[in-house]
Amino acid sequence: MTKTPVETLRWRAWLLTDTPASRHHAKLSAFYKGWLSFRGNTMAMVGLWILICLILAALFAPLLSPHDPFAQNLGNRLQPLGSSNHVLGTDSLGRDILSRLIYGSRITLYIVGLVALIAPITGLLVGTVAGYVGGWTDQILMRITDIFLAFPRLVLALAFVAALGAGIENAVLAISLTAWPPYARIARAETLTIRSSDYISAIQLQGAGALRIITKHIWPLCISSLIVRVTLDMAGIILAAAGLGFLGLGAQPPSPEWGAMISEGRRFILDHWWVAAVPGMAIFTVSLAFNLLGDGLRDVLDPKDSEK
Amino acid sequence: MLKIENLNVWFGSGRDRVNAVQNANFAVKSGASFGLVGESGSGKSTILRAIMGLTKNWSGKVYVDGTQTSIKKHNSFYKTVQMVFQDPYASLHPRHSVDQVLGETLYLHGFQDIDARVVHLLDDVGLEAKFRFRYPHQLSGGQRQRVAIARALAPEPKVLLLDEPTSALDVSVQAEILNLLSDLRSRNSLTYIMVSHDLAVVSHMCESLAVMKDSEIVEIMDVSTLRNSKACHPYSQQLLLASI
Amino acid sequence: MTLLDVKDLWVKFPTHQGLFEAVRGVSFTLGRERLAIVGESGSGKSMTGRAILRLIRPPGVVTADRISLEGVNLLHKTEREMRDVRGQKISMVMQDPKFSLNPVMTIGQQIIEAYRLHSNATKSEAYEKSIEMLEAVSIRDQKRVMRAYPHEMSGGMGQRIMIAMMLIPDPEILIADEPTSALDVSVQRQVLSIIDSLVKERGMGLIFISHDLNLVTDFCDRVLIMYAGRIVEVCDAKNLHKAKHPYTQGLLNSLPKLHDPQKRLEVLNRDPAWSTVASISGRI
Repeated sequence: MTKTPVETLRWRAWLLTDTPASRHHAKLSAFYKGWLSFRGNTMAMVGLWILICLILAALFAPLLSPHDPFAQNLGNRLQPLGSSNHVLGTDSLGRDILSRLIYGSRITLYIVGLVALIAPITGLLVGTVAGYVGGWTDQILMRITDIFLAFPRLVLALAFVAALGAGIENAVLAISLTAWPPYARIARAETLTIRSSDYISAIQLQGAGALRIITKHIWPLCISSLIVRVTLDMAGIILAAAGLGFLGLGAQPPSPEWGAMISEGRRFILDHWWVAAVPGMAIFTVSLAFNLLGDGLRDVLDPKDSEK
Repeated sequence: MLKIENLNVWFGSGRDRVNAVQNANFAVKSGASFGLVGESGSGKSTILRAIMGLTKNWSGKVYVDGTQTSIKKHNSFYKTVQMVFQDPYASLHPRHSVDQVLGETLYLHGFQDIDARVVHLLDDVGLEAKFRFRYPHQLSGGQRQRVAIARALAPEPKVLLLDEPTSALDVSVQAEILNLLSDLRSRNSLTYIMVSHDLAVVSHMCESLAVMKDSEIVEIMDVSTLRNSKACHPYSQQLLLASI
Repeated sequence: MTLLDVKDLWVKFPTHQGLFEAVRGVSFTLGRERLAIVGESGSGKSMTGRAILRLIRPPGVVTADRISLEGVNLLHKTEREMRDVRGQKISMVMQDPKFSLNPVMTIGQQIIEAYRLHSNATKSEAYEKSIEMLEAVSIRDQKRVMRAYPHEMSGGMGQRIMIAMMLIPDPEILIADEPTSALDVSVQRQVLSIIDSLVKERGMGLIFISHDLNLVTDFCDRVLIMYAGRIVEVCDAKNLHKAKHPYTQGLLNSLPKLHDPQKRLEVLNRDPAWSTVASISGRI
C-alpha cells in the first residue's frame, strides 16, 4: 500500500503543526520534529543504518549465516578471504568467519544492551539523588562514586571477573560496575543546575515532594544527555568487552565473541592476518556507528540547544 | 492579609554571611496591592522568596490571614499564597506541555475535575484552548507568562506574589499582562505583592509601595504620595527622578 | 556626510517550517548622528546591527544591495578584511557586560590587548592610553580598575569598561545593542550620557538599538521603528510622541505612566497588514 503524495503531505502537516489537538498528538509531533533534525545529519544517519544492520543481523543470524558457526573442519582451516564457500575465510579450526561474525553480533548486542541499561540507570539514580538532596547524602554518594572512579576501568573489571569467574554475564556486570560513576557525575552536575531553576521552585510551591520532583522533573532533563553520553561510550564498552574476551575473561570459547575471535587469530596474525583483522573491523565499525549516532543525538536531544 | 515583622534574610554563615534583607516590616490588607521597589540586589525579590519558603535562612514573623507561618510550609499555605516568577522562559519546565504543567499542579492540590479545570484556567488567563498541548518553546514570552499565572492561580490562592512579572517582556505584552493581572485581582479578589524596578509599573498596579535600598526598606508610602513627588527619603526621590 | 549606507538588507534563516526572514528589505543611511532602531523582540533590530558587521553565523544568510562604509561595500570584503573593520571602523557594545568580558583576565590586560590588536603601540603606551580611556568613561581610580577582574565590577562599571574598550581604536561608528537594559534605572542614564558625550566629541555615528522608547527620545536624533523585520516608520526623536504609525502609537500608549494614571493600559492591536507593507526607507 503506497500513500499518495497528498496523503503524505497531510500527515506531514499534521505532525508539524504548532497546535496539537491532544496529548498524543503533541508527543508525536515533538518526536517527528526531533527525527527531522536528526535526519538532516548525514553522518548520524550512517551510524543509525549500521546499527540497524547489526540488529537485523543478530535477529536473523540463522538465516543469514552460510555455515554453522561452531562446525569445525580441520581440513579446511585458515582459508583466505574470498575463497569459495567462505567469503571472509575460516579460522584455525576451519570455522566460517562470516557466520561467526554474524552470530557474534548477538553477543555484542547483548553486552551493549545490558551495560546500557545498568550503568546509566545506576548513575542517574545516584547522581540525581545526590544532587537534589544535597548535604550528607551528597557527600556519601559522591565519595563512593569517587572510589569507583579512582580505579582503572579494565583493572577493576579484571579483578571482578577473576573473583566471580569468567563468563559473559560477569563481564557485563564488571563493565557496568566500572561504567556508572561518570554518569552519576553528569547527572549530579545537571541536577545542581536544574534544582536552582525557577520551574523547580514553582513546582515546590505546589507542595511537590522530592520523589516526584526527581522522577518527573529532573529525570526527563537528565536522561537525554545521558543517552547521548551512553551512545558515545558504547564504543568504549564494546572495546572493554572485547578486551575482556581477548584476555580470556569474557565470553568463553567456542562462543563467537568478537574480542575472543581476535584473541584466537592473534596466533596467526603474521601469516593469516584476516582471522584477527575481520572481527577487528567489525568492532571498529560498530564502535564508529555508535559514536556517529551519539553525535547526532546530541544535536537533537541536548536540552540546551533544543530550546531555540 | 499578609503581615511581616522584623524579617531578616541572610545567605551563608560566619564570616561569609551576607544580610540580604534587614528588619523588614510591612502589612498588606486583604484585596490590596502592595509594591516593592528597588534596584537589583536590594533584597526585594528575596523577601518574596523568604515568604514562600524558597529561602530557608530567615528570622522574623510572617502572618498570613492572621496565622503565623513557620519556615517549613504546609500544603494549606501553598493553597493560600502563590508566586509568579520573573522570567517566563525559566519558570516553565522545557519538556512539559501546558497541559502537563497545569494538570500536575491541580493534581498536587488534590482536585478531581482536572480536565475541566485546565480548560477553565486557560480561559481565565486569556489563552485559547489550542494552546493546551503546546510546549513552552512553542509559546511567546507573553503566552508563557500567562501559563505561569494560570499555574499560580490553580490552587485558588488568596495572595499572589509577583516577582517582576513583566520585566522580561516587551512593552505591548507588558500592558496585556498587567491588564490581565488587574482583571484577575478584581474578579478573584486577590491580594498582590509586586516586586519591580519600574516605578511606573508599580504605581499603575499598586496602591502603596515600599522602597528598598541596600537590603533595608527605607520608605513606605502611598502611590499618590509618590505621584505628587512628596517622597521623603532622598533615595526615593532619586529613583523618581530617574524614572521620569 | 554619509558614513554608512544600507540598502535592501535581508537576513534569512532556513528552518524546518521554511525560510524565516528576520530582516526584510531594510534601507537606511547613517551620518554623524545618533540613530535609534526601536522595536520589540523579534522585530529584527538586533539582526540588523549584526548583519552590518557580518556577524550573522551560518545557516543565516545576509543579502543586500549594499552595506557600504564610507563608500566601500562591506559585502565584498573577505572575512580577514572584515576583522579589521570590526573594532577599527565599527565597534559594537552588547547588552550584558558579564558575557562580553573575559572573566579570567584583569580589565587592564583586556583593554591593553584590545588596543594592541589595532595598533603597534608598546605596552606602556597602551597602558597610558587605557588609563586615558577609562577616564573618558568617568571611571575614577583607573589604576585600581586596571588591576581588577570583571567580577569585581558592578554592571554599570562593566558596561562603561566595554565602552572604553570599544572606543580605543577610534571607530567611525558605534553600534550599541541594548547597552543599558541589563542595568539599573539610575545607572542607565549615566552610561547613556557617557556614550552620548563621547559620540558628540569624536563626531562618530551611533546606532542605538533599543526597545525603550523613552530612552530613545532623550538620547537620539532620528528613530527607525521596526516591526516584523521591516521599518514601519522613520521620524525625528523629538517628534516621536507625534508618531503617526499605529504601531508606534500603540507602543507609546501601552507604557504605564507615572504621572498620568490610567484604569487600564491600552493594548496594541496588531494589524496583519503591518507585516506585509514594504519597508520604509530610512535613507536621507
